[in-house]
Amino acid sequence: MTKQATQRRSRAGAEESGSAGVAEKEAPETAVDASELSEEHAERKQDQHQRIEELDQETLLKLLYQMVLIRRLEEKAAEAYSLGKIGGFCHLYIGQEAVAVGAISALRPDDYVLTSYRDHGQALAKGIPADEIMAELYGKAGGCSSGKGGSMHLFDADVNFLGGHAIVGGQIPLGTGIAFATKYKGGDQMTLCFFGEAAVNQGAFHESLNLAQLWKLPCIYVCENNQYGMGTSLERSMSLRDVSRKATAYDMASEFVDGMDVLAVREAVQRAVERGRREFLPTLLEVRTYRFMGHSMSDPGNYRTRAEIEKYQERDPIKLFTASLKEKGVLDDASLADIEKRVRAEVEHAQRFAEESHEPAPEELFTHVYANPIGRKQ
Amino acid sequence: MAVITIREALNQALREELERDENVFLMGEEVAAYQGAYKVTKGLLEEFGEKRVIDTPITELGFAGLGVGAAMVGLRPIVEFMTFNFSILATDQIINSAAKMLYMSGGQFKIPIVFRGPNGSAFQVSSQHSQALESWYAFFPGLKVVMPSTAADAKGLLKSAIRDDDPVIFLEQERMYGNKGEVPDDKDFTIPLGVADVKREGTDATIVARSLMVPMALRAAEELEKQGVSCEVIDPRTIRPLDIDTIVKSVQKTNRVVVAEECHPFCGVGAEISTQINERAFDYLDAPVRRVSGADVPMPYAKNLENLAIPSVAHIVAAVREVAYLD
Repeated sequence: MTKQATQRRSRAGAEESGSAGVAEKEAPETAVDASELSEEHAERKQDQHQRIEELDQETLLKLLYQMVLIRRLEEKAAEAYSLGKIGGFCHLYIGQEAVAVGAISALRPDDYVLTSYRDHGQALAKGIPADEIMAELYGKAGGCSSGKGGSMHLFDADVNFLGGHAIVGGQIPLGTGIAFATKYKGGDQMTLCFFGEAAVNQGAFHESLNLAQLWKLPCIYVCENNQYGMGTSLERSMSLRDVSRKATAYDMASEFVDGMDVLAVREAVQRAVERGRREFLPTLLEVRTYRFMGHSMSDPGNYRTRAEIEKYQERDPIKLFTASLKEKGVLDDASLADIEKRVRAEVEHAQRFAEESHEPAPEELFTHVYANPIGRKQ
Repeated sequence: MAVITIREALNQALREELERDENVFLMGEEVAAYQGAYKVTKGLLEEFGEKRVIDTPITELGFAGLGVGAAMVGLRPIVEFMTFNFSILATDQIINSAAKMLYMSGGQFKIPIVFRGPNGSAFQVSSQHSQALESWYAFFPGLKVVMPSTAADAKGLLKSAIRDDDPVIFLEQERMYGNKGEVPDDKDFTIPLGVADVKREGTDATIVARSLMVPMALRAAEELEKQGVSCEVIDPRTIRPLDIDTIVKSVQKTNRVVVAEECHPFCGVGAEISTQINERAFDYLDAPVRRVSGADVPMPYAKNLENLAIPSVAHIVAAVREVAYLD
């Protein structure tokens, strides 16, 4: 096995990490000129075309459907949030859809997934019904966590989705433990543990990676590097910004992946799955992506420029994939319209389900505190 | 019934539960090859092998969280903290993950895990190694907190804790590991969580004591007996859920209460017990509830200062005499 199987490093990535500006300021000058960038993007497009050739149409369209579903469901959630129907925090995943969809498409249904509080995308991709996700956001009894978790704590034991966790990095030791249990029981399920790049600065990340490599635990650590921890850019928070290289400290295999390419993510996770199932070895993936929306719904967004966001929107993972599929003749306007139509129906159904679902009964306040309650109200 | 130490009683409980259930495993710092920093896990590696008795690196947050994750998918981890002082590094996983997982998942993911190890003072190990943390953990719904004071309680309660489907904080006491007591030989001997024990019956005053304070309260009761004061000593054994009914029943009989505890007084468990007595048995009280707590200072190193910081038999005797209006 090749250690540190880091793929071609992104020239764009180097430029991107230096481009975090405050809105009033001009974006810092780029270290890479535009022609070099577009050359790289053209190369990546070629790669995506090649990957499309290797997959059947049904799989490709399913990936597109899931990405569009995440996008539209979240747009609907944002709308409901602004109408006051969804409370608390609501962290949108828009822009990052290729990561959840690509990664989870490389898994078996009995594999485990857990992630941070930005969890709608992963939850949908792992198979929690849109109805139950929307109902959870609405705080209704029909939600996947019975209305007790909310946006940040989606859970569904039926599809092995083990949560949204809302303390930055807190899910990383948990994922490590799930992988430990799989190996202990002699199973071959993989655990896919997502987190943002800001979690990499937490001790939980380092303690977990050390244990996973030391004990050979089949966990795939997917760092979704969207380049901002809330409003603080990568360059203001990390001494070594090359996240995938941090695996070296733990003698762990790692890869850098273009998170705007759903098929690149899928392939990288497939390689990590192979390594995990065969040798019980963990992998760290740094998946470079970008969130188009604020950190949460209440984010003023004054820490980055409109121009920066627009630059990334040119590489919108859904737009890129749609264009490639069309260029390869896998998708035409009619089938794209059909996808949009089916997605719209599913999202509308989810919203109706959420609206019509009951609030949790008042007595639910005191249930699920203990699995084995003792005596009077504890 | 055999007479064994608390250390041996805990060891038996671990051995029997490891034997009983393949999903039970033990991990922590020095629990395996070293045989346990306090030898509670002696011989377990040899008997159960390194799959089930696991030495961890010094990485409390990491292995505590790993245990919680393993519990989410069906294992029953026993996580040893060499001392509970080090659990402070792992509190995010204990509080934010273990205590809340069942609730925030709408009942889907229970966390059957035991965090155990010595709590409270040891012998001259100064401030960072001498803390009684029960009120921290007892604060959180979702956790159960257990503090045994005898060998039989240690064994019976630990077995129940391991079989329980909720996260249990099991607080031992380093000064007490060598204390001996009778323990039933029956492998199915357990003591239910959430049930207090009347360690001594009496009529004039109630002393509520836990862990290290139980033997002291019993000695104080003996001394007070000679002075003509009959004390009832109640050991809650489980702090959360608290068996307040047994305490209230005693107060209704004696009308006077002293709560003895090793932890700091401010926001301590004694404050909670006192409040619950006020709420439920105020009319029965002939004197205000009196607490005897550890000094409200970090633990000093010097032997004489350390002795002053930990409640003594004399402190308890004085407090009982005070609530009995004898002085």
